Amino acid sequence: MSVTEMFSCIQGFLSADQDVREDIRKVVQNLEQTAREILTVLQSVHQPAGFKDIPSKCARARELFCSVRTQMGELKTKFPAEQYYRFHEHWRFVLQRLAFLAAFVVYLESETLVTREEVAQILGIEVVREKGFHLDIEDFLAGVLIMASELSRLAVNSVTAGDYSRPLRISNFINELDSGFRLLNLKNDPLRKRYDGLKYDVKKIEEVVYDLSIRGLAKEAESGGDK
Amino acid sequence: MNKREATKVKTCFSVFEVFQQELDTRHDKHERLVKISRDVTIESKRAIFLLHRVTSVPDAERPPILNEAEGKLEGVRQKIGQIAEELRGEDIFQFHRAFTAGIQEYVEAVSFLHYIRHRGLISLEEINARLVFMKDSAEAAPSGAHVLTFQVTPADYLLGVADLTGELMRLCIGSVGNGDIDTPFQLSQFLRQIHDGFSYIGNTGPYEVSKKLHTLRQSLGKVEDACYALRVRGSEIPKHMLADVFCSRTAHLDTEEGVV
Repeated sequence: MSVTEMFSCIQGFLSADQDVREDIRKVVQNLEQTAREILTVLQSVHQPAGFKDIPSKCARARELFCSVRTQMGELKTKFPAEQYYRFHEHWRFVLQRLAFLAAFVVYLESETLVTREEVAQILGIEVVREKGFHLDIEDFLAGVLIMASELSRLAVNSVTAGDYSRPLRISNFINELDSGFRLLNLKNDPLRKRYDGLKYDVKKIEEVVYDLSIRGLAKEAESGGDK
Repeated sequence: MNKREATKVKTCFSVFEVFQQELDTRHDKHERLVKISRDVTIESKRAIFLLHRVTSVPDAERPPILNEAEGKLEGVRQKIGQIAEELRGEDIFQFHRAFTAGIQEYVEAVSFLHYIRHRGLISLEEINARLVFMKDSAEAAPSGAHVLTFQVTPADYLLGVADLTGELMRLCIGSVGNGDIDTPFQLSQFLRQIHDGFSYIGNTGPYEVSKKLHTLRQSLGKVEDACYALRVRGSEIPKHMLADVFCSRTAHLDTEEGVV
């Protein structure tokens, strides 16, 4: 085989590779659009008006997750299933956002930590690699960490909206989460960087709880709250 | 905190224990691959250094050097076999970053040897054909032996070939230093073919390829300059003095060639 033939052979491979990436990019763009729509819906829980109506916001977000599942289905057809990590970078970001949104919805509905299985189910993907397009564990954890900073905002805003008991529950939840993450031996990678931000979320929520306790508002919440 | 919450905390803990295990397994595998890859790089580099000695010995002594290099590369292939073993059942692209450097170095070494022997470019298929491993493992008893293959990706192949051009440039300058007049002209032609190939690929390839194109241009420039000098001044300078001419010409380009 001559040098020229060799190179045109490689060139053929490379341009095929680029075509696949181009296709993936298009679908990922749609996914990003849907993710933004869901985020907009969920952002309204920080508004006093939306705060009172969390269940309906969640229901609306759940509807939007239907189109996420369709788009995920489309994405799966764009590349060979066993080459997930070859193209991982393309959807990594949006998948983390979507994992966050799913985790946030589940938290708002039930105040529990979402499982990896639930997120995968909401997004219409798998948990383990062998079964096909899956949710990488690091992406899942990154999504959970994004939710943590969203919750610290929610703690502040729920006080503004007049709910003094929610920050206490959020505080418990975040502390649990923090001790969970402490178990992980993270390398010096993006996930580690995200995790390092968690302590600021913890701190912020603690400040809110402190403000409430020192003014006796926390007690009031406990006696008059929904517990 | 009531009982219900206590159990909740416990489950959260056990969930994260699962994550911990999964992440640790993944990181461990990554580390092992990085380690093997480093060994592959070191051994390949040694083979390349060994091969550079062929320019400074008489023709009769070349075969032993080539055989020794072949032996070294066989050892490297065993290491790549270990990589293949680690990657069995995995998505190779998940850990690709861990071993890509080693593989590129291997491609460089093996294509260098191939060039010295056959004066041509080794193909990706030829490289991959030699990375088939028979493992007779005890635990996989039913089949007795199973075949493991390792596939060098086209991108790694390209990057390895790009590095090869640097070695060829050294080989060219080295052979001039030893009074070998034909090799530089052969090499410049071969390098030009590779250069044309890379220009053809242009920036459709991965980012690193376009970065290496610059180095390739420099190498090609040095070889072309050497050929030019040979043609112009070759007739007027006795062979044994050519070496000195080149030493002074190339010393400022690369200290390593100046030593030759």
